[in-house]
Amino acid sequence: MKFERYGIGIAKGMMVTFKHLFRSPITVQYPEEKLAVSRRIRGNELVWYPDRCTGCATCAKSCPHGNIEIVTHVGDENSYVVDKFEVDTGRCMFCGLCVESCPYEALAMGISYERAQYRRGDMVLSKDALLLSDIRRPSGYARPKVEVTLPKQTLLVYWDKDREEGGQKVNFLTLSKKRGRGV
Amino acid sequence: MAIRTEPFILNMGPQHPSTHGVFRMRVTLDGEVVLDVEPVVGYLHRGIEKLAEGRTYTQNIPFTDRLDYLASMTNNLAYVLAVEKLAGIEVPERAEHLRIIMAEMMRIASHLMAVGFFLNDLGAMMTPVLYMWREREKLLDLFEMVCGQRLTYNYMRVGGVSHDIPEEFLPALRRFVAEMPGLIDEYDQFLAQNEIVLARSKGVGVLPEDLAINIAASGPVLRASGVQWDIRRGDPYSIYDRFDFDIPVGSAGDCYDRYWVRVQEMRQSVRILEQAIPQLPQGEVCAKVPQLLRPPVGEVYGRIEAPKGELGFYLVSDNSIAPYRFRIRPPTLINLTALRDMVIGWKVADLIITFGSIDVCLGEIDR
Repeated sequence: MKFERYGIGIAKGMMVTFKHLFRSPITVQYPEEKLAVSRRIRGNELVWYPDRCTGCATCAKSCPHGNIEIVTHVGDENSYVVDKFEVDTGRCMFCGLCVESCPYEALAMGISYERAQYRRGDMVLSKDALLLSDIRRPSGYARPKVEVTLPKQTLLVYWDKDREEGGQKVNFLTLSKKRGRGV
Repeated sequence: MAIRTEPFILNMGPQHPSTHGVFRMRVTLDGEVVLDVEPVVGYLHRGIEKLAEGRTYTQNIPFTDRLDYLASMTNNLAYVLAVEKLAGIEVPERAEHLRIIMAEMMRIASHLMAVGFFLNDLGAMMTPVLYMWREREKLLDLFEMVCGQRLTYNYMRVGGVSHDIPEEFLPALRRFVAEMPGLIDEYDQFLAQNEIVLARSKGVGVLPEDLAINIAASGPVLRASGVQWDIRRGDPYSIYDRFDFDIPVGSAGDCYDRYWVRVQEMRQSVRILEQAIPQLPQGEVCAKVPQLLRPPVGEVYGRIEAPKGELGFYLVSDNSIAPYRFRIRPPTLINLTALRDMVIGWKVADLIITFGSIDVCLGEIDR
């Protein structure tokens, strides 16, 4: 290959890299600083509402892997009583088909994403472990009423706007000064 | 005394940074010159085609996410289009537009990944990839907003899409569409005139036009060889016939042309998005489809222009709730068969970039 003048293309590329030194970082320091996830996040584990559940097992039929196990018996008022509701979340692929198919909104996807376990056995969750609690909150996936109550997602498309509006325009120089170290 | 050499067989992979997954190449070398290449696939085989035969048509949609995991949206689209063709289902207007928007966003995200990793293979270690990941991240944020996941979307449904878009979606997408052409120019300035990139990729790994047609190559690999064939234009599916876009075609069929075609396709995808956003109609996003779909007895082959080439699904129905046969025509496996003819006689370093320029995804090759 022959070039008229060597080095022009490389110099142009270096200019782009150089400009990037002076823009604000788009990454965050994860465990200290967390971004808001989507309102429809199909996050970890399910939330189960026993008062709404009729034991129809539509969720169990819709699961591609058959992870949901439901055992019922007929109760006093001619309705089903759920004896066993067990989800093997270790095999769950978070497709959300069970939540979409539930006709009584008795099942919702969770909103959290930090649920590493040491043992596979800990991932099999039964009735009591699936109830609504402080650490187990529903997401707005297929649940529009829940969706509007959740905080708005942080979007990277607006990263420069957000930083400027927040009055904290940071770049390579200010950041290293602030933290006392390199980025 | 003359130096005597003999061919040397080298196993490249399965764990090798340039193979983009678990993939092995048995390379026969004479010094540094490649004499023969034999791709060995199957390390990521999960038996998706067989698994799908035991599941309903809706339950199979999450499996298609796991084929080409860098372009899940188009995999969903190809599958649901095939099922709709089989069952004869009409899709609402709004869903058609949403599908086009998602497919074109996915094409940009997939090409960003392809271009970034191609430059990474060339030796521009990680810097271009991270610049392009920044843009891909913006798209993943938007996908997450719509369907709740960043990689395995499970968004398309038979008869439409699973959810309508939230109201924050369109302003954010408009902003992305407005700034994307400038960013593509920045990449062009960054690397397209770089002497090292040009010297290493121009004229390397040439795939001639007749060979590209004979091995049934598709997508950017075919178009870089000078064949103007795009299924969006040649065999329009969904509502692509209503949009105005060009088909970028290369001339030499070398690694640089494949890179160039992908960059130009990103520009065309932005153009389609610009047209699709204003004409997005109101209305339903999913047709009324029975939960347990039983398509009539028959067989169908549905294909789309996925980011990596022609992605087809061949489905056979026996009027039960699960497909009788579920066959995937992956674009990159077919494109990979051209690798041997492209690299013989070149050096090992050229093998890496030629392989990178095909843009394979092992989830799709091994299924």
